[in-house]
Amino acid sequence: MEPRYDFGGDEYIFVEFDIEMSLELNFKILSVCQQIDRDKIEGVIEVCPANNSYLLHYNPDRIDPQRLVKQLREIEHSAEHIESLSSRLVDIPVLYDDPWSKECAARFGERHQDPSITNLEYLMKINGFTDKDEFIAAHSGVPYWVSMVGFVPGTAWGYQMVPRERAIQAPKYVRPRTDTPERTVSQGGAFMAIYPVRGPGGYQLMGQTPVPIYDPTGSLVDLRERYILAIAGDRWKLRPIEMDEFESIRREVEAGTYRYKIVEQEFRPAEYLRDTDRYLKRLQTAAERC
Amino acid sequence: MLKIIQGGLQTTVQDGGRFGWYHIGMPPAGAMDQFSFRVGNLLVGNAVDAASLEITFAGPTFETTEDAFVAVTGANLPVRINDKQVPQWVAHHVRKGDRISCGQVQYGVRAYVTIAGGIQIPPLLGSRSTYLLARFGGVEGRRLQAEDTLPIGTPGTQAESLVHRRLDTRLVPKLQRETELRIIMGLCSYRLTDETVAEFLSSTWEVSNEADRVGYRLHGPIFKFKEREQPFGAGSNPSNVVDVGYPVGSIQVPGGQEAILLMRDAVTGGGYATIGTVIQCDLDLVAQAEPGSKVRFRAVDIEQALRARHENAARLAMVADSLSLFDRVGLLGQ
Repeated sequence: MEPRYDFGGDEYIFVEFDIEMSLELNFKILSVCQQIDRDKIEGVIEVCPANNSYLLHYNPDRIDPQRLVKQLREIEHSAEHIESLSSRLVDIPVLYDDPWSKECAARFGERHQDPSITNLEYLMKINGFTDKDEFIAAHSGVPYWVSMVGFVPGTAWGYQMVPRERAIQAPKYVRPRTDTPERTVSQGGAFMAIYPVRGPGGYQLMGQTPVPIYDPTGSLVDLRERYILAIAGDRWKLRPIEMDEFESIRREVEAGTYRYKIVEQEFRPAEYLRDTDRYLKRLQTAAERC
Repeated sequence: MLKIIQGGLQTTVQDGGRFGWYHIGMPPAGAMDQFSFRVGNLLVGNAVDAASLEITFAGPTFETTEDAFVAVTGANLPVRINDKQVPQWVAHHVRKGDRISCGQVQYGVRAYVTIAGGIQIPPLLGSRSTYLLARFGGVEGRRLQAEDTLPIGTPGTQAESLVHRRLDTRLVPKLQRETELRIIMGLCSYRLTDETVAEFLSSTWEVSNEADRVGYRLHGPIFKFKEREQPFGAGSNPSNVVDVGYPVGSIQVPGGQEAILLMRDAVTGGGYATIGTVIQCDLDLVAQAEPGSKVRFRAVDIEQALRARHENAARLAMVADSLSLFDRVGLLGQ
């Protein structure tokens, strides 16, 4: 499919590259968006990469929309071959099967497909797992590519970096909940997402991370500049933890001393696509040496 | 200082908006009716996008701890200074300790209190606007309440020139019970049948009770989608698409059951099909559309949208001229 350019009112341009999700496409979109950022086009306010599209916000008093579309098409063509993208490997500790997710799921049971079991058990069932540890190992074993950031500040769509046939999938709630605890780790469709703030939602609840992904108070040094953790193109590695580590990280967060474990790396899409598992392992090993 | 005695229903600090952070999920926020807000700032001699108070339905009561110039624009509501009713769209000279109280809105939804010098709370990511949903900006990210105190900046204009400054009544925006909104159709409208698109444009829509700074739910006909096998990653409902960015002003149709028009505290993206985007200046009209009022849509193309945008800017320039403001640098803001 050829990318489709469309006007979103008088200030936005929507560019859709395809109608389905694929990592290969998302690499290309990020590379186009990073190039748009570097080009600093007069009148462009910002570009927001999404899973299989991007949204550009501009000021039509400063650039003619048709001329801008022409420039964007040129960038799209010149970004054909992506050598590398900058991508951070981020450690996300997760207490799977936590008490707050279970309490919340029980509270909204009548909106769920199968309220007789926990959301995590439901995910195991529809993805063909019988052993909980095995399921957690699959869910946390391979990092998630942050293909889009948005909804509310800090929400990241994480797409697990496995072939499509190994992707863990989940339907959304039959009717969305009106409440979800802050920092809940969840799954909806082919995406993992963490709730930045307490609020409504429809993803399946599976765990909780002790680390904030949005901090409006600016109390944690790593979130002081942007207030959120996620950047599109991050790789988030979920790490199963137990309650004692959860509690000790919470104490560090509350004291304002917690530092995120983040390693900046060059990510080569071609190598990833050629030899997925080995390439990811190599990056992981390199990160551990830092 | 401006001292809040009583906060009103939902009074927040808002300015021109916070731009350039949509990519982290941070919507612009800012005054919902930008035209009324900007006129209010012109009346008191401020930069057009200086921070002010946005009132929703019922206003606050406050005192100033020094002499100041204050104007109230936007929705129609009773305004009193020390129990004496005063007109809107006028710069009023208030004295230290005067008590200003705003009552219940009679037509429209949102009114603006602008004050010479602007509200000078510390900006976050370049703006003082309040984004309630994620508790960001403004005063602790929340609506104002009794005992809040807000610092006021140094007025930018000589006080003498503000005395008796009022907007020509012919230039006051007219509030209507039925509003026509210009829209550029597109985005994911390819998901809808042609009949549904035609029906969307020919129908009258009712503003529901669920209408706030994030979005307006509109009631009208049911949407019908073209049949297809859902693409990988989109979700099973025919209204689902692989998650995309949502422009401010875009309309989405979850489940085909209702239309949601996203406003300035928009959720920045998600997985429901969007079908078009209302042009930015017409969002000012939506901001004043109360529950139960009617809206209609008229499809325009990008050239017509730009013409409407220029006409709106010219209307604001006319206000500035009528107030004998010759220095219009930065009038268009942003």
